[in-house]
Amino acid sequence: MQTEDLRLDGNAAGGVLRELFAQEMTAALGTCAGCGTTGAIGALLEYGHDMGTILRCPHCNSPVLRIVRASSQMRVDLSGILFLAIPMAGSVA
Amino acid sequence: MNEAAGERVAAATPTPPRLEWRVATVVSTREETRRTRTLILDIPQWPGHRAGQHVDVRLVAEDGYQAQRSYSIASAPAEGTVALTVERLDDGEVSPYLCDVLHPGDGVEVRGPIGGYFVWEAARKGPLLLVGGGSGVVPLMAMLRQHARSGPAARAEVPVRLLYSARTLDDVIYRAELEQLADPPHVEVAITLTRAAPPDWSGYHRRIDRAMLEAVSWPPSAEPNVYVCGPTPLVESVATLLVELGHTASRVRTERFGPTG
Repeated sequence: MQTEDLRLDGNAAGGVLRELFAQEMTAALGTCAGCGTTGAIGALLEYGHDMGTILRCPHCNSPVLRIVRASSQMRVDLSGILFLAIPMAGSVA
Repeated sequence: MNEAAGERVAAATPTPPRLEWRVATVVSTREETRRTRTLILDIPQWPGHRAGQHVDVRLVAEDGYQAQRSYSIASAPAEGTVALTVERLDDGEVSPYLCDVLHPGDGVEVRGPIGGYFVWEAARKGPLLLVGGGSGVVPLMAMLRQHARSGPAARAEVPVRLLYSARTLDDVIYRAELEQLADPPHVEVAITLTRAAPPDWSGYHRRIDRAMLEAVSWPPSAEPNVYVCGPTPLVESVATLLVELGHTASRVRTERFGPTG
């Protein structure tokens, strides 16, 4: 299977992001550390594999968020995000 | 439902702090097409959902092996139960079980609702343009069903157009209901078939292209809210064409469906 076939988007990572942040995150706005573009987490490109998830910027393709499940840990690399704005629960998007 | 009521409903159902796996009970099932089946689920302590959201479904084998997939919710928030329409992928790990093995009364682990980006609220102003490919029509159906449940005034204020790409007429999910929901000019349904079409077919018969999008969509000045869902190549091509036609990228919300099964 080609990598292209596996490219989804941040919507598909909504469940694991809720585990991580205890908030609905796909409507949150993230600013890419690579190019400075701000957009919804749901609109990031997702490359999933057995070990975890990489979310990339749709503009510059930099990795924005990396989540890896190791035996007893969830390992998270947030260095690709400059800033996150998270809507509060219950607000109308 | 009027707009104010829509806002109250959203405000009354905040995202629960923890996302917990719960055992849902299959209430009933319905064959939609040769390859798709709808499961009506009763999920304990379900907090309610928004049109466009999905759930994660988890299967655990006796040896502990787990397989997890995401499935969009097809039912409108006000319906009370949760409907998932699942496409059977023959070499998949989860969809054949959901399509062929599960029966009414059986339990299945789900968590949700999940998603806040690919979500439409009745309170959102502006025309609603839905573009779907294959089983990507499922979350769009939740939006159409919610729209159909809003009052006549709200329906007149938010016209809806659905452009739905399917391989053949037999692959069109919810075909009878879509015919019923169509109510021009408030609700318009355009179907394009990418493979075989019946001799008397009066709809489109090609892949979605620029001319088709231009014919079906409102002009960018009408500021439609656009939702595109389907296989990754379709979603990316449609989103690119819509932006080329002048639509604001942030008004074009996308959800890619993968080949995972």
